[in-house]
Amino acid sequence: MRSRHALAYWSGFSVVLLLLAAAPLVLPEYWRRFVTEILIWGLLAMSSDILIGYTGMVSFGHSAFFGLGVYGAAAALLMVKPPSLWLAIVCGLVGAGASALFVAYFSTRLRDIYFAITTLIFSQIFYVTIFTWTEVTGGENGLSFRRPALALPGLFSTPFTTTSLHWFVLAVVAVSYLLLRRIMHSPFGMVLQSIRENEARTRAIGYATQRYKIAAVMLSGLFAGLAGVLYAIQKSFAAPDFVFFLVSGQTVIFNVIGGIGTLVGPIVGAAFFLLLHEVFSRFFTEYYLIPVGIIFIAMVIFMPQGLLGFARRWLNR
Amino acid sequence: MGIPLDLILIQTVNGIVTGMILALVASGLTLIFGIMDVVNFAHGELFMLGAYFGVIVLTATGSFWVALVVATLIVALIGAALQITTLRPLIGRDPLTTILTTFGISLVLQNYALWQFGPVARKIQEPFSGHFPLFYLEYPVYRLVIALLSAMIIGGLWVFLKFGKYGIWIRATMQDRVMAEAMGIPVPWVYTAVFAIGAGMAAASGVLFGPLVGVHHAMGLDWILRAFIVVVVGGMGSLGGSVAAAIFISLLEAYASIWVSPAQAAIVSFVVLILTLLFRPTGLFVPTPK
Repeated sequence: MRSRHALAYWSGFSVVLLLLAAAPLVLPEYWRRFVTEILIWGLLAMSSDILIGYTGMVSFGHSAFFGLGVYGAAAALLMVKPPSLWLAIVCGLVGAGASALFVAYFSTRLRDIYFAITTLIFSQIFYVTIFTWTEVTGGENGLSFRRPALALPGLFSTPFTTTSLHWFVLAVVAVSYLLLRRIMHSPFGMVLQSIRENEARTRAIGYATQRYKIAAVMLSGLFAGLAGVLYAIQKSFAAPDFVFFLVSGQTVIFNVIGGIGTLVGPIVGAAFFLLLHEVFSRFFTEYYLIPVGIIFIAMVIFMPQGLLGFARRWLNR
Repeated sequence: MGIPLDLILIQTVNGIVTGMILALVASGLTLIFGIMDVVNFAHGELFMLGAYFGVIVLTATGSFWVALVVATLIVALIGAALQITTLRPLIGRDPLTTILTTFGISLVLQNYALWQFGPVARKIQEPFSGHFPLFYLEYPVYRLVIALLSAMIIGGLWVFLKFGKYGIWIRATMQDRVMAEAMGIPVPWVYTAVFAIGAGMAAASGVLFGPLVGVHHAMGLDWILRAFIVVVVGGMGSLGGSVAAAIFISLLEAYASIWVSPAQAAIVSFVVLILTLLFRPTGLFVPTPK
């Protein structure tokens, strides 16, 4: 049984990976970027799934980690000449990790709704700071910078094309997925899931749940920051809008639409949401959030498991 | 640098006026949370809708007071309808799902307002244009009227909850839902009524506040965040705590904006929040829980 499940799982994984890798070769330019964007938002949503789906804490503050990743990468790309891809990643992760530690230290004292509201308000602290600190962050105008080259020091260096950027993003997202899946299957991940099921009992058994929760928020924040770095590289600019709480709200929407606790569900949710956005933008132009919001409310009420919720057990085996 | 005494007095008045508006918004929010366990993300949008209906009724009838009452009633009805269609099916589920639905509602309402009323801010005419001298300023009387009216509405709510028959139903539901149901109180309708009252209060504050800033589709966003801070600092679900916290935070922000820009003064409320969470996570203005 076990090996049959593994065979089915890994062949499914490879088929999806191959399809995504082949996507930029067959799709027109616009849709190539679109698929890359889905993967980036999917990574952000996946990072938030660690908290929502596995630890049972709904974070409404992921825009802070994402935005700090964007601005951290921007800082590295603007200050160091020539711009280095790897330095940008490191700086983005440091920014996101530091903000995650700050948020985690305070917000993990609270639970449920209180946690959600606190993370939301903390993300607004970062937003207000970035928005008003014009000399450093460019304020409302944001920062624009040049896209770094895809390079391994001493080996090769080639500028990103839409296709190679897509492959790079795909590689990062796929590795992140495998890593997160492994972590969620590790003893650490098991403790997180037991916090979700019954925090008091987990503490009674002897686990320092507070520390585990801080670690979970930091892990989640790091991957959100990674998504931010990728987004910075794709868009070549940083704007305070990326830190605004609507980004966090969208992240939660991706999770709920896709199915929490599955890691791949949020990516599917992001794809579904962005497709809805595309379709409804044709008819409703900028008011696309009206029908999308109604669909979202209906899904919360009638389909709380999300699109992939039915496969939750299978995906986590 | 000496402390500018006149400025401090002026900012005290300003702080109390904004504090009362904030208290009106936050007490609706905390009422809904305390009784229904619903964190109403759409509260800012109800505030915004109230202001828009105020504009519409004001242009139709020409009377500010009619606009205030009618807008409040319309938004209370909208609130009741929203509660019945989207929140009632979620009773008994994880309270977090209500955050998601109300967040969805807020997206829909905000974009609906943008679509219906356009991106240009509307203006509500002040019902009083009188001023009185305060040091070197001509202070508008209307601001004091706002503070008084907000205090009266919150006071009225308190009296209603304390002595009114339906107010007692509401408090009974807050204390023990199952027992209240057993005593024959129609709990689902109490929920609907509470949501309608909260929505109406948000709308009233929207109409009252409209003349000061102008009415636009994103005006709810600033308020909802500040109201959340107030509700957490004041102690979730505590009416008196919210009022005290609203005035406390507004005063601090008003004093801070003597020295820094208003946008940066918002950071003061964040600091208050962080300190509250560190030292007294149940809220500053509520008795210590046993």
